[in-house]
Amino acid sequence: MTQSRKFSWFVFSSPQSFYPLAGAMQPWFAALAFVLCAVGLYISFFVAPTDAQQGESYRIIFIHVPAAWMSMFLYLVMGFWSGVGLVLNTRLSSMVATALAPTGALFTFVALWTGALWGKPTWGTWWVWDARLTSELILLFLYIGFMALQAAIDDQRRADKAGAVLALVGVINIPIIYFSVQWWSTLHQGASVSMKSAPTMAATMLLGMLIMALGFWMYSIAATLARVRCVILERERHTDWVALEIGKQA
Amino acid sequence: MIRTLGWVLRRDLLLVFRRRGDVINALVFFVIVVSLFPLGVGPEASQLRNMAPGVLWVSALLACMLSLARLFAPDHQDGTLEQMLLAGEPLVVIVLGKIMAHWLVSGLPLVLIAPLLGLQFDLPADALAVLCFSLLIGTPVLSLIGAVGAALTLGVRGSGALVALLVLPLYVPVLIFGAGSVGATASGTGAEAHLLLLGGFLALALVLAPWASAAALRIAME
Amino acid sequence: MLEGRQLECTRGERRLFSDLSFKLDRGQLLRVAGANGSGKTSLLRIMCGLVAPSTGELLWQGRSIRAEREEYSRNLVFIGHLNALKDDLTALENLQVAAALAGLPAGAARMLTGLDRFGIAHCAELPAKVLSQGQRRRVALARLALSDAVPLWILDEPFSALDVGAVVELERLLASHLASGGMVVLTTHQEVEVVAQTVLRVDLDRYSAALLAA
Repeated sequence: MTQSRKFSWFVFSSPQSFYPLAGAMQPWFAALAFVLCAVGLYISFFVAPTDAQQGESYRIIFIHVPAAWMSMFLYLVMGFWSGVGLVLNTRLSSMVATALAPTGALFTFVALWTGALWGKPTWGTWWVWDARLTSELILLFLYIGFMALQAAIDDQRRADKAGAVLALVGVINIPIIYFSVQWWSTLHQGASVSMKSAPTMAATMLLGMLIMALGFWMYSIAATLARVRCVILERERHTDWVALEIGKQA
Repeated sequence: MIRTLGWVLRRDLLLVFRRRGDVINALVFFVIVVSLFPLGVGPEASQLRNMAPGVLWVSALLACMLSLARLFAPDHQDGTLEQMLLAGEPLVVIVLGKIMAHWLVSGLPLVLIAPLLGLQFDLPADALAVLCFSLLIGTPVLSLIGAVGAALTLGVRGSGALVALLVLPLYVPVLIFGAGSVGATASGTGAEAHLLLLGGFLALALVLAPWASAAALRIAME
Repeated sequence: MLEGRQLECTRGERRLFSDLSFKLDRGQLLRVAGANGSGKTSLLRIMCGLVAPSTGELLWQGRSIRAEREEYSRNLVFIGHLNALKDDLTALENLQVAAALAGLPAGAARMLTGLDRFGIAHCAELPAKVLSQGQRRRVALARLALSDAVPLWILDEPFSALDVGAVVELERLLASHLASGGMVVLTTHQEVEVVAQTVLRVDLDRYSAALLAA
């Protein structure tokens, strides 16, 4: 009696089969990202009302807040895929985690940069040690630590697993760090400036931020898919199918 | 298991005893770094008093981190770490023993000498007591978290700076509440909440860190 | 009782060996041979459970060693290239720590007996750093004298740095262990005379196992 072949998503868990899938999906996500970001930016610049207190400069939060959201979200996703790679011993999950890190670090950096750009016209200083910016700074260090650890270890499997342990330790620590920095900020800041003193959210503002966040998410997926393809090619370079692939592209 | 813990503790302490220089170095580092701050910002008393909790805690943190190089690397180099992985006793117990020895040698002396340094910053007596107590609870957490970092970077080139990069962000909560407790005492608000939270961190670290370090050691030895 | 099935080992990008299978029973000695860099030490480390093979599995008493790693570790003694001695501890203390970690009784008298078998009882109170290479090797091997009850001995180049007297003593120790039902896996460049029921040989240069009658 023949067994019917049941389609399983696990067939994509080998780098070889995921590579073309990623290549096919990537342009769609890139297009979605472009559209969503365009809409989001339009809303943030033309539709959302001018704020009474902060004028036009507040509009930077339409990039700052979604970027901060994405930076946190991507770390969790990275931790998840790292963990899967560690527990199930799958190579592709670890490759995805490695591919996510630079994008996550980028959004953290964008959040910090836009935070500074907001601070200058609003409160006159380029940097404010408030809870969110400080947490983002520490998150940046966590991302850099992850990338540095993986770069420093020569053996690939060890690098993947060590990175996974670090990422998981980071995931547990992030709520603790965030909470601690919040506490520290309220204790010391008192009545002074805070990113929290953003203009009260009009519905359009919230919509704008959500759309930007979605756009950033689509971008992250597109960028990660592109990057993971490079990671796959690099790590599997001694296999036949990669040699064929490179021959095709040449 | 207690027997194993006892033997590991005894072994590590014996090793340090035979080479006392290592301990003294870490302690002197702590003292020197603390002394650098007044030299950097000026001797004005009230400014130093405000800075003191942060300065003392950051210096303790750095001294602790510096001593992490002693935790696993020497054993890794002469092959004794490999034997520990093959011991047949849970690796978690052995790692815990090593971390305890590390704290007794690198953390506890800081706790004992901190009041003297606090006096240099003109901290009042109650703040000094809280400083001691916060370091007493906090330095084990630093050793525990540091062990994870040391295990992950075992044998990796440039591991000194890499350990710092990995471990210092994770030290931030301990720093915030440790220094915060002393600051709160000095300014009159209670330090209870801070110390309780530090205790919470210690409990969490005791449960998770030896296990994560053991996992990291197995990964490093593959 | 120790069985390897289709073991494959990849270090970095090099595949050291693949489809390697063997079966080691009580009283048998397995000699792993091969040129330098052929993966002898890697195979031994796989047998210890320190490294996982890329594919294949290792079975102890019919069960995969991954299932009960600690239990398996209790059944083996591994002596590697490095002597696993702390320079600042005396020979006696080093042996005591090794015994304690292995779950064996660690009394001083027993340790001295072990050291005595290799003729270095007089070094007992000396720190390991002042001992010669040969003496350090013998302190490391003294552990075997205490490990008769441990079934599986895995030894990486045990005869290196030993003088003739120590070589003879080690051969004697291995023979008596095998005679009482123990198992030994070793790598060595030298030709050694070990009397065993069966001597298996795994020649990594050919990725295959051939059975040679003793």
